[in-house]
Amino acid sequence: MVTKRIIPCLDCKDGRVVKGIQFQGLTDAGSPSELAARYELEGADELVVLDVGATGEIRNIQIQTVRDVRKELSIPLTVGGGVRAVEDIEKLLHAGADKVSMNSAAVVRPELIRESSQAFGAQCTVVAVDTKRFGKKWQVLTKSGTEVQNLDTIDWAKQIEDLGGGEILLTSFDRDGTQQGYDLELLLAVTDAVKIPVIASGGAKVTQDLIHAFEAGADAVLAASMFHYQMTTIGKVKEELRAADIEVRL
Amino acid sequence: MTRSIAVIDTGVANIASVQSAFSKLGYETHFAQSDDEVFETNAVILPGVGSFAAGMAALNKLGFARALKLRAESSKATLAVCLGMQLLCESSEESPGVEGLGVLPVSIHRFGEHVRVPHFGWNQVSSPSSFVGEGYAYFANSYRLEKAPYGWEVATCDHGGEFVAAVRHGSVLAAQFHPEISSTFGRHVLETWLEGVKW
Repeated sequence: MVTKRIIPCLDCKDGRVVKGIQFQGLTDAGSPSELAARYELEGADELVVLDVGATGEIRNIQIQTVRDVRKELSIPLTVGGGVRAVEDIEKLLHAGADKVSMNSAAVVRPELIRESSQAFGAQCTVVAVDTKRFGKKWQVLTKSGTEVQNLDTIDWAKQIEDLGGGEILLTSFDRDGTQQGYDLELLLAVTDAVKIPVIASGGAKVTQDLIHAFEAGADAVLAASMFHYQMTTIGKVKEELRAADIEVRL
Repeated sequence: MTRSIAVIDTGVANIASVQSAFSKLGYETHFAQSDDEVFETNAVILPGVGSFAAGMAALNKLGFARALKLRAESSKATLAVCLGMQLLCESSEESPGVEGLGVLPVSIHRFGEHVRVPHFGWNQVSSPSSFVGEGYAYFANSYRLEKAPYGWEVATCDHGGEFVAAVRHGSVLAAQFHPEISSTFGRHVLETWLEGVKW
């Protein structure tokens, strides 16, 4: 059986790891390659590097970060931030990414998902979905959470799958950085709607939050704050997950 | 002089990860330049992401398909990864009508309806003859080989039913998983393959 994955996320800006709350108030959390090496050693299953300072183009500093991180890693690396075209994906793959994550650009032009999937395969095409709850529904956000789109999150998830997306990185804007636990209703709704794997993101604080996410159908969980500030380690979390009968790579 | 392994550039794969993995083991990699080189050189890697049809089209465009087939059939040190392994087969449900290299006389099929596809993540590999040992490997595939052909050593994995994780014959190793990003287990698989290379 395929194991549940723990994926630390490095939000990077100008070559440094940063962390904010609800995408705002960024503080420095360390060097990307040092954190990457530590996380692999601790048992991370993958690593995500997102350029949160992306200005709509792939910048050289981002490429350099990817190269530096790749040298440290022998686990899969997903890179995102500022991806708009097939050429951007190609650049990031050449620098050392195994998968590329796209977000706002795919909302503006969904064909980008199909183009990526056809050129590089579904396994390389990750679509990040930032979403905000409005009553019983969720709507898609773009531009680092600053713009609310008239697009239902569940409909968008289905469309991503139809276009050839290989994985959905689902971030709850309401929970991001708050450490209140994942939005489980959102996870249930999205994992029910699609067959492709879903990575839960936004709100994790303790192992119990991760257990709830896996029970709600997540294939993987993304966590930043929980690990950056060394409140716990990935190894310890994985042991706790295994004790709760959740299959993990140890 | 550092030993260098020829990588077949089928377009855009995660080549940087392959390079980085071999560099950690003390080997260089370079892109194969000619069909003669593909047939004659010490060690060849056929990496792969993308679709079966695109992979075969790239091999044919490079003019490497025949040399690669002959090389693998002569059991010269060859490592085929993920789509690379599937290209060694006869055909795939992913791209009906497209002819594979046919080194493995079998066809590739999509995973069943009742499991998540793509099959993404770390899964347990086991091999009775222990040619790759046992451990967790990283997979990213929607299609798979259900049964190994006669005469090949096999390692298996399970995702809604058993499928082939890797096969070996002589110095030819084909892996459905990605040893280059499978941490310590992957490193062990690469080292095992490298032991069979005649420099």
